[in-house]
Amino acid sequence: MSEHEYTPKSKVGKWFNDRLPLLTLANHLTDYPTPKNLNYWWTFGGILTFCLITQIVTGLVLAMHYIAHADMAFQSVEHIMRDVNYGWLIRYIHANGASMFFLAVYIHIFRSLFYGSYKSPREVIWIIGIIIYLLMMAAAFLGYVLPWGQMSFWGATVITNLFSAIPLVGEGIVTWLWGGYSVDNPTLTRFFTLHYLIPFLILGLVVLHIWALHVPGNNNPIGIDIKKPSKDTVPFHPYIVIKDGFALLMFMIVFAFFVFYTPNILGHADNYIEANPLVTPAHIVPEWYLLPFYAILRSVPDKLLGVIAMLSAILILAALPWLDTSKIRSAVFRPLYKQFYWILVADVLILGYVGAMPAEGLYLLIARIATAYYFLHFLVVLPILGFKERTTPVPLSITEPILGGSPNFATVKKKDSFKDQ
Amino acid sequence: MEKKTKRRDFLFTATYAVGAVGAGAVIWPMIDQMNPDASVKALASTEVDVSAVNPGKTITVLWRGKPVFIRRRTSEEISEARSVKLEDLKHPEKDEDRAKNPEWLVMLGVCTHLGCVPLDQKGDYNGWFCPCHGSHYDTSGRIRKGPAPTNMEIPEYKFVDANTIKIG
Repeated sequence: MSEHEYTPKSKVGKWFNDRLPLLTLANHLTDYPTPKNLNYWWTFGGILTFCLITQIVTGLVLAMHYIAHADMAFQSVEHIMRDVNYGWLIRYIHANGASMFFLAVYIHIFRSLFYGSYKSPREVIWIIGIIIYLLMMAAAFLGYVLPWGQMSFWGATVITNLFSAIPLVGEGIVTWLWGGYSVDNPTLTRFFTLHYLIPFLILGLVVLHIWALHVPGNNNPIGIDIKKPSKDTVPFHPYIVIKDGFALLMFMIVFAFFVFYTPNILGHADNYIEANPLVTPAHIVPEWYLLPFYAILRSVPDKLLGVIAMLSAILILAALPWLDTSKIRSAVFRPLYKQFYWILVADVLILGYVGAMPAEGLYLLIARIATAYYFLHFLVVLPILGFKERTTPVPLSITEPILGGSPNFATVKKKDSFKDQ
Repeated sequence: MEKKTKRRDFLFTATYAVGAVGAGAVIWPMIDQMNPDASVKALASTEVDVSAVNPGKTITVLWRGKPVFIRRRTSEEISEARSVKLEDLKHPEKDEDRAKNPEWLVMLGVCTHLGCVPLDQKGDYNGWFCPCHGSHYDTSGRIRKGPAPTNMEIPEYKFVDANTIKIG
């Protein structure tokens, strides 16, 4: 991992490091050469780590007061809100923390899409990221069921029923997931167990995600390979630590705004009604961060195909490093890709909006067009664009465009000849 | 080195085979413990008194954690359900087969799309309408429009006497 040997200065440090090289690891992490042009979109990795830790810590505390039983879960959540000291604060941080986590992860993913961070040699980082994202969705869904409100119950019913679309074994799988013939107490207790487990799986994958990142090093806004360490890099500490810290503070202001001023705006009022297996709420929608996929599910009139389309929409991301045929990473030098990128952003936002609306009339038509475009972007536009697009000249280093008159004559000449084309 | 089956290869294969059986024997209880347990299975049947249900009324009872609609249909609803041509149906089933006693429709009140409870007396076919994803059912609980693949299910039931239905 590290490019240079490290020897602790103190005798004790050396003794320990020879037996367990933790200090070498710490040294690698502080000295880690980072591209010096990283912008604020690169601070969301650190923000996401903060979100994960926040969810784990608040979740542990909530689990001390929560009771995973169909007859008591709803009451115990109200008990947390009203009786437990600062219970309201801890629960609101946990509930809004899920939304903040997804907000950050979407920015993180779309940053990768813009700057081509998923391309060779970073495919494994990207795929681990997609697995983390899938686990996040699972954890969020399972957690949403635990308060045992109306939305919890019917959300659980609808999502588990997605598996019934599988031919032949579908019904058996759903019964197995439920541990009964409907969502009930056995379902709740197992969902609680899994909700507790998944964050630790995510934590393990985050370690792999960062490890895989530290092999090739960070991508950067101009998407070129850089020499490390060199004039193009700065050590992670203090430069990136301070920048990440500042961005984290800004993020925490937004987070705190939701927690203290509008703690319920991202939730649904129906979830303050205890679960009732006899009545489905008039309008059930998932949390905002799942809406685009929900829109895709509903835009297909066939049950099985709808489920397949929804899953494909997520899994297609894992194939992205091979679907995007362009060798240029950053959209900065891809004039056409840049436009398609923003169309995709708009498309996903539109899907999210129609996902929250009733599935009929004009909304349904828009959902269908947006769904078709989503797949078109990945399956047709990206593969073709790599061959057809005329990219603009890419600088040879980060400092080159700034230092204009590069002492390296060959570099300047090469750049000019690119322009002439 | 020439490739020849040796005693050691046999031992390896035998060890793997026994190991696989052992692993399966450990994993299966771990999987099967999630299936419905004995106490859940024990709640298999419910008896319902329907003497207070007038024509045009529906009652909903809980059976195996799921709602069951018991509707006493009006004569218009019956004739509407029976006059539909089978080729107009997405999941062709005769109303005669779904409601043995035409006045009483007993069915699982669970949308076959993703499991929501449809609303009574709603939708384009005067039957049920599922608010979740917009499936329309007719007065026989048959799917007519929307994403649901099949008609609402008819559970096993019988009239114990004139006023009591036993479900399950």
